[in-house]
Amino acid sequence: MKKKISVTINGKRHQDEVEPRLLLIHYLREVVGLTGPHIGCETSICGACTVEIDGKAVKSCSMFAVQADGRQILTIEGLAANGNLHPVQEAFWNEHGLQCGFCTPGMIMTSKQLLERNPSPTDAEIRHGIEGNLCRCTGYQHIVNAVRAAAAKAGA
Amino acid sequence: MATTIVKTEKLSGQRLRRKEDPRLITGTATYVDDIKMPGMHHACVLRSPHAAARIRSIDIEAARNHPGVVAVFTGADVESVGPVPCGSSLPGLRVPHHAILAKDRVYFVGHPVAVVVATDRYIAADGVDLIEVDFEPTEAVSDPEKAIAPGAPAIHPEWPDNIAFTYHQEAGEPEKAFAEAEIVVKQRITSQRLIPTAMETRGVIADYRAAEKNLTLWSSTQIPHLLRTLVAQMLGIAENRFRVITPEVGGGFGSKLNVYAEEALMGFVSMKIGKPVKWIESRRENFLCTIHGRGHVDYYEIAAKRDGTVLGLKLKLIQDLGAYHQLLTPAIPTLSVLMMPGLYKFRNIAADIIGAFTNCVPTDAYRGAGRPEATHGVERMMDMLAAELKMDPAEIRLKNFIGKDEFPYATATGLSYDSGDYAKPLKKALDIVGYHNVREEQRKARAEGRLLGIGMSTYGEICAFGPSPATPAGGWESATVKIEPSGTVTVMTGTSPHGQGEETTFAQIAADELGVTMDDVLVVHGDTAVVQYGIGTFGSRGTAVGGPALYYALQDLKVKIKKFGELLLESDDVTFSGGMCVCNKTGKTAPLAQIAAASYRAMKLPPNTEPGLVATHFWEPPNFAFPFGAHIVVTEIDRDTGHIDVKRYVAVDDCGVIINPLLVDGQVHGGVAQGLGQALYEQAVYDDSGQLITGELMDYAIPKASMMPWIESSHTTTPSPVNPLGVKGVGEAGTIGCSPAVVNSVVDALIHLGVRHLDMPLTPEKIWKIASGGHA
Repeated sequence: MKKKISVTINGKRHQDEVEPRLLLIHYLREVVGLTGPHIGCETSICGACTVEIDGKAVKSCSMFAVQADGRQILTIEGLAANGNLHPVQEAFWNEHGLQCGFCTPGMIMTSKQLLERNPSPTDAEIRHGIEGNLCRCTGYQHIVNAVRAAAAKAGA
Repeated sequence: MATTIVKTEKLSGQRLRRKEDPRLITGTATYVDDIKMPGMHHACVLRSPHAAARIRSIDIEAARNHPGVVAVFTGADVESVGPVPCGSSLPGLRVPHHAILAKDRVYFVGHPVAVVVATDRYIAADGVDLIEVDFEPTEAVSDPEKAIAPGAPAIHPEWPDNIAFTYHQEAGEPEKAFAEAEIVVKQRITSQRLIPTAMETRGVIADYRAAEKNLTLWSSTQIPHLLRTLVAQMLGIAENRFRVITPEVGGGFGSKLNVYAEEALMGFVSMKIGKPVKWIESRRENFLCTIHGRGHVDYYEIAAKRDGTVLGLKLKLIQDLGAYHQLLTPAIPTLSVLMMPGLYKFRNIAADIIGAFTNCVPTDAYRGAGRPEATHGVERMMDMLAAELKMDPAEIRLKNFIGKDEFPYATATGLSYDSGDYAKPLKKALDIVGYHNVREEQRKARAEGRLLGIGMSTYGEICAFGPSPATPAGGWESATVKIEPSGTVTVMTGTSPHGQGEETTFAQIAADELGVTMDDVLVVHGDTAVVQYGIGTFGSRGTAVGGPALYYALQDLKVKIKKFGELLLESDDVTFSGGMCVCNKTGKTAPLAQIAAASYRAMKLPPNTEPGLVATHFWEPPNFAFPFGAHIVVTEIDRDTGHIDVKRYVAVDDCGVIINPLLVDGQVHGGVAQGLGQALYEQAVYDDSGQLITGELMDYAIPKASMMPWIESSHTTTPSPVNPLGVKGVGEAGTIGCSPAVVNSVVDALIHLGVRHLDMPLTPEKIWKIASGGHA
């Protein structure tokens, strides 16, 4: 039995009929067509599917689409404004905070949240803050550099 | 129109951010699962829950009748498809028939048994749940030493000893060396099974167009061209009507250097249903069914004089192969033997490999592929020898290094090390860590009852795979460079980068040679319909073999550019540099864009002049390249918890000439993370019945950000004489150098408590038992 949901994604309202069992990540990727958030595990460990729901970073594989009814969602695709990269995106690029790029959309969304909660984190706080997002390529060092650089730029 | 500017500043060697990144940081890159096609169906695979069982019957009726399911195939349906290929050949190698779906028997948990095809991925999964398989479980064996012991259950009934092959290599006079040795140290050292865990799992889309007899396969692979050749054979289709596309690939680390059952299976399904079909591996399937790495039990013996001079090295290597051979499974332990002497002057060696079948998923190439195991072994043995002789671990290494004037150096295992100065990175690392001071700090710490350790590894690796005679499928690489009429440049590389950044480094090389900007160069890869045949990205070969191929294609192209420059400038004395041809007599110039336009316009061409500006080069490397380096690790152990704090991690790597230091640092960091994962955290655990206990990311501990130390990375530069760029390869260096340095450090922290050796991973439980006074 499909259920009607209404969700605002990256500032645009979407109304769809979805199966109650449809995961939010599958809704975003397959129904809405936003393939920026990725599926790395479907068990809420890796964080590649991280999006922002009502201002909070959420692993979208750990929610059903019907639970997002009436919410505001921001995905990686909605982060750059008017063709300008978000400072965290720019910092990941400058600092080589990514290699294969698969974890990157989730990592950037989490880093953005981290800096909103703590604008000048220590390295240990950065590492703790992104612990829910796994990266197999970078060893995290350039990601830590990127988050630190984004913080420095915002604070400058 | 491209801006072709005169440049004097060289781009190679600069720390430049990547050209790949804008699509990756904005979520607009296209990985396999991001592709949606009209009429696309979804496949889900039913897999064996048993490590060993007979299949009595399969009932697919309910699945087939489920709304939305369009087809179900079992082993009996796919017998026309050829077996999953093994590309390695060793004398007497036993190769089990590896069907793409099991028919009568299953050999490991995860063994594919049937495939359900449906209109939706959820319905395909429902269909799998509706299949009834009557399995008759039989006895399984998951430990390689138990598998080759008498009385073990036979994995393949035709070979009851479970031995796939044995291999012996010997050089010098090992028996004499050991008989005459003043000291012999022996140790059993394991290198546990690891799960590569690329963040993107595997995925395949197949689209067969019957009217054209064309098959297109999108696959998350490291080897698009080899995959096409081998899957064409499996499916019995024409290679020229078969196109393989690798879109964005989310990491591989060797796990995608393979040909998997699902790649041929999706081709088969699409040919049967006449529609495109997509299969995306779940993380659980990735852990169960994509290759694992390592899986060694090694018995080492080292012979030496009492002054620390090494005389000989013996190795008995038991390789856990798993139930089948994947593409390179049996070849991987032979790489360990090749590299067993490390950086030292061992002239007497003896090695025996026993390849053991087990009821587990096959092992194969995982970052380092045989070399981390070898390096771990020799570097542990050097430390144990030093400890026995009460020598400093740095001193014993410096004493036994191949000298910098001895290159090219012929090793006892038959390799020719290209170039090196092994003392240099070690001395630099000792300097950076402040060796004297940290030893002093260690003395104080011990006096206070604290457990502080200092460990090092000096590693060498065989990279840039490789000369064709030494590889199963050709070891050359290819590049095509095209200059369009407008002057923009397209590079097509036969490598298949998936995170390494060659879209950037190759643009640096091309921009330097042609005198154009980075923005003028586009690097294309991973589409067999667009790019000339290539070998792929693995074995630290992307830049080390693909780079020289590009370099030579550029030289060929420059000859053509100069020729058209001579025509345009009506002079036979012309130089091409800085993006333009200059007449050395008149000083008149013709920029590249003008030359390119003229080459295609083709007016007044002299006889036998080929229009256009395109050059292709297939480069066969004359040798491997051999990077090296030194890693030093300082650890402190918490006695109460067994937690290991990595206080310092110093990595000095020599990968030859560096094209982009930012990217090289990234490769080292990532490599170290995987080495540290092996040393401290990761282990694929199968229970005695062959169930994978670490079957999810919840149970298999890849490092998180908080588990990684700060890596103090630096370099020495010894150019490789093997290629004109002087590059050596860096993708695997961090992984190879890391694990012995970490373990040596932890053993050093505990050595005064009587600890001589510890097997990985060094989990807190293991360390706590020792540090709190118990036994390992």
